[in-house]
Amino acid sequence: MSTDARAFCRDEAQAIATYNFAYLDEQSKRMIRRAILKGIAVPGYQVPFASREMPMPYGWGTGGVQVTASIIGPDDTLKVIDQGADDTTNAISIRKFFARTTGVATTTATTDASIIQTRHRIPETPLTEGQVLVYQVPIPEPLRFLEPRETETRTMHALAEYGVMHVKLYEDIARHGHIATTYAYPVKVEGRYVMDPSPTPKFDNPKMDQCPALQLFGAGREMRIYAIPPWTQVVSLDFEDHPFEVQAFDRPCALCGADDVFLDEVIMDDQGTRMFVCSDTDHCNSRQTAGHAGEQDT
Amino acid sequence: MQAEPDANGYLEGGFADPVMGGQTIFRAIMQAMAEPGTIRPISQALRAPAPMTRTMAAIAATLCDADTPVWLDDALAAAPQVIKWLGFHTGAPMTPHTDQAAFALVSDSTAMPQLAAFAQGSDSYPDRSSTVILAVESLASGDAFDLSGPGIRTSARLRLTPAPADFIAQWTANGAQFPCGVDLILAAPDAVACLPRTTRIRQGEG
Repeated sequence: MSTDARAFCRDEAQAIATYNFAYLDEQSKRMIRRAILKGIAVPGYQVPFASREMPMPYGWGTGGVQVTASIIGPDDTLKVIDQGADDTTNAISIRKFFARTTGVATTTATTDASIIQTRHRIPETPLTEGQVLVYQVPIPEPLRFLEPRETETRTMHALAEYGVMHVKLYEDIARHGHIATTYAYPVKVEGRYVMDPSPTPKFDNPKMDQCPALQLFGAGREMRIYAIPPWTQVVSLDFEDHPFEVQAFDRPCALCGADDVFLDEVIMDDQGTRMFVCSDTDHCNSRQTAGHAGEQDT
Repeated sequence: MQAEPDANGYLEGGFADPVMGGQTIFRAIMQAMAEPGTIRPISQALRAPAPMTRTMAAIAATLCDADTPVWLDDALAAAPQVIKWLGFHTGAPMTPHTDQAAFALVSDSTAMPQLAAFAQGSDSYPDRSSTVILAVESLASGDAFDLSGPGIRTSARLRLTPAPADFIAQWTANGAQFPCGVDLILAAPDAVACLPRTTRIRQGEG
């Protein structure tokens, strides 16, 4: 390429280097918006969509990013969390991406956000009506590790044939004495579709049931969108003699003393000293601000 | 050279700002679909040739494009300006077959075809169903329906003027084939409400 041509390309690139609002072009947004409406109308059903290349790798939340880009508007306030934290790489880069491409307000406070994009946690602070929770989903198909063929799993969903999932949970019991699945714990939505809640800890499953907020799920690489409308029944699969139960922790958060939250284990030094702290940084910070303290501070 | 005035009446009347306009309308529709029975105001000033209402035009401009075959009811199909407006502003192809429509535009709710005539989707792909955009005169008065189902905390009340003929029986049959079935977007002059296929309705009292 000649020097002139290079210069021309560079000038052209600079001239067009203004992205559309929220990065995606309007036709892509329309296609995703139609998939979202179908997802809401058929709760728990995975709607195929023509996932786009995004300026970040698959596995970084391209599905969630495309859903957020298609619903976000100038009046929104966006919060992004990664494993409950507002201050990790994935959360910060996605929050900055939308701050740059939309100019919308961002926040770390769950109560201030109208859209919360999440990777693998549901905030501890109860969600409210009008909020939208957008999940980043790696593998949307709950039956995928039991049946690799898409043609088969699609038929199984069509027939509501979910016996194999109960066999899987039963094998957990036979092997471990209890259901050993701790994350991506399968749920049944409104008595029809078995759905993968994304790799959230099963601790968060009860929060999905009758949730006042709209829950949208985007899987970019697998090209699926699904949804749970507000006030919808979401039941974790279990057995009468082995009822579903969430993780329990034998100590409170070391920083804020909360004993009803999901905790992260943090290694403190080479001697194996460990600390257990809230995975939800916003919840932990606001409790500390309110004067709560854990053993760390006492 | 002076620009030709829009003598035909279909070149103008789209979104003044397609990006923000589409986002605003979509959020209203999304919230209405997520919470059936709630009424979301629509304030976008679109102009469309009669008998297409401006709310209907706003919904079509938000959701329809070259990927979505659109079916028009007799009143709309008889108006060449409507077809030209939709072609120019959305690029959507028209289809004469109700069961091939991604979106069906119905301007006269009393003459709506049976819901069963539209695309219902399949058990494997229930998303391949028609969404019916139905123009109504009012969502504030008229026949009352009590709603229940996903998106509704306890109960919700929807009013329709005018309601399609035999509406409860048709809607009950539509819901009975879940996950297949059509979804309904109700377009009032300044507002929108939705009935996804999951919503159960019965005659409201009073």
